[in-house]
Amino acid sequence: MSEMKGESVSSTIEAAVRVETKRQPLPPRERLQQVFDIRDLTAIYGSKPALKDVSMEVYKNLVTAVIGPSGCGKSTFIRCLNRMNDLVPSFRQTGTIRYHGQDISGRDVDPVAVRRTIGMVFQRPNPFPKSIHDNVAWGLKVLGMKDNLSDRVERALTQAALWDEVKDRLKASALSLSGGQQQRLCIARAIAVEPDVVLMDEPASALDPIATQAIEQLLHELKGQYSFVIVTHNMQQAARVADMTAFFSISRGEEGERWGELIEYDATEKIFTAPSDRRTEDYVTGRFG
Amino acid sequence: MSAVELSPLHRPQDRLRRRRVFNRGMEALAWLAAAIAVFFLGVVVWSVAQRGWSQLNLDFLTKSQVQFEPAVPQGLANAFAGSLVLVGLATAMALPFGILIAVYVNEFAPRPIRSAIGLTLDVLAGVPAIVIGFFVYGLIVVAHGQSAYAGAFALAVIMLPFVYRATVEVLALVPNSLREAGLGVGAPRWRTTLGIVLPQTIGGVLTGTTLAVARVAGETAPLLFTCSLAPNGIHWNPSGAIQSVPVAVFELSDSAEPSDHARAWAAALVLILFILVASLTARWLATRSKRKIMRAGR
Ligand SMILES: Nc1ncnc2c1ncn2[C@@H]1O[C@H](COP(=O)(O)OP(=O)(O)OP(=O)(O)O)[C@@H](O)[C@H]1O
Ligand SMILES: [Mg+2]
Repeated sequence: MSEMKGESVSSTIEAAVRVETKRQPLPPRERLQQVFDIRDLTAIYGSKPALKDVSMEVYKNLVTAVIGPSGCGKSTFIRCLNRMNDLVPSFRQTGTIRYHGQDISGRDVDPVAVRRTIGMVFQRPNPFPKSIHDNVAWGLKVLGMKDNLSDRVERALTQAALWDEVKDRLKASALSLSGGQQQRLCIARAIAVEPDVVLMDEPASALDPIATQAIEQLLHELKGQYSFVIVTHNMQQAARVADMTAFFSISRGEEGERWGELIEYDATEKIFTAPSDRRTEDYVTGRFG
Repeated sequence: MSAVELSPLHRPQDRLRRRRVFNRGMEALAWLAAAIAVFFLGVVVWSVAQRGWSQLNLDFLTKSQVQFEPAVPQGLANAFAGSLVLVGLATAMALPFGILIAVYVNEFAPRPIRSAIGLTLDVLAGVPAIVIGFFVYGLIVVAHGQSAYAGAFALAVIMLPFVYRATVEVLALVPNSLREAGLGVGAPRWRTTLGIVLPQTIGGVLTGTTLAVARVAGETAPLLFTCSLAPNGIHWNPSGAIQSVPVAVFELSDSAEPSDHARAWAAALVLILFILVASLTARWLATRSKRKIMRAGR
């Protein structure tokens, strides 16, 4: 954060738009290990399809960004990945989602087990109305990870770049934190239980640039341990943090019905510099309405 | 629209005046309605207080009834103790059931079952207390005789819809984002309900329970068949019939002795004061817990 101070605003933006230089070059896709293999995923609320025929893979130890206009089904998509849509009574889905080869969308699969390995950070910070410490510790206790509880809490809070700000008031209510701090607490809560994948739905939409940067830093540091799928409205953010980027858009039928579709999925570099679909290009260059 | 009305700041004067008069009139009507309600409450409390005040002394609160001995200094301690046992037992029965039903309905039940249970409990709330008394008489008293258990059971049936309603209403206030947060870390639904959702509702549940307690503390009808033939003296054992405040008021008001009448008024006064305190406590709890939930659900 401190090295940013001297730079002018324009050069900061430039640096942001320029594809992140810290990123390692991607190995060829066949060398990457698949975490999710999604085939023909169609998601329907009531009788309205929100997503049609999405097929893509998510790779291990990468940050995968999901971008696209509002209402194109980004949230719907990542909520399918950990069975969060089970809570919506009108929701139905077809197609398969394989997680390390195992279909997780079937009725016989325990959604609780799925969510244990595939954690989630929500669009709006939703800390438990408990103390800061208990927010992180609750999940650990429920999952039986009770050994070294305070160490685990400290580690998670440190990883989420929040420890220094809260270490003196762990017993204070989480609701007394600022919005950005609450979101980092939610991230700490998610990574404390050591999931395999962390899904993030616009984690930075409520955050200021400094907190956003802290979270992006966090993704860089943690992707060796986890795989991230992150929904974002912020193209610069996708360009900065993501290795792979999926662009979703809204398609319209003849009778005015609308649904979300995966338009293009490729290395972030490619999506932002040489997209193969016209719609992607329009969107990433800001020509999209 | 006519040309005169083009500027909202220059409405024709007579329309404005008419509206203002109408507004005043409605305000006055609302005031009157509220004043009538308060007036009747005032009259009731005043007439009860006036007639019962003279009896309200230490003896009244600490000594038991002695029947047919008007000269002996006596009180209604047995009835107060009995009411305590009855209402306490009834709460112990109605509270867990009411909460469990509400949790099932709001958190787990499919929609048709949800509305069926809601309707059932609303109907139950409307069943006259005396009918519930009859029902418990047939269910328990015919076979086992009168007891505080039977009386408390009848009161619990009356309390149940109150506790249920209060709990369901606060559960509905708990934002879904909190449930998702619990499930998102991999907790099962019951753990999320127990550890995250239910703690949010404590204030609301207490409010509903306090109101229900205030309601049943004064119920006479369900106790007449189930718990009214009490022996003299203070009894704490719920397996026999015990005296209670409303039943005592009912019996004393039927007596030929003027001093018994005064005692009935005094007992009624104590009951009214208790209900007043309970309702105020309930309100205070309600505002506090609502504020808490709203804060959590931002
Ligand atoms: N619970 C729901 N019930 C019914 N329809 C829903 C529900 N959730 C989402 N939808 C619909 O599904 C479509 C996709 O919504 P979704 O929230 O996935 O979009 P999004 O890409 O995340 O949008 P945003 O960027 O605004 O968050 C929308 O048309 C929305 O109205
Ligand atoms: Mg969304």
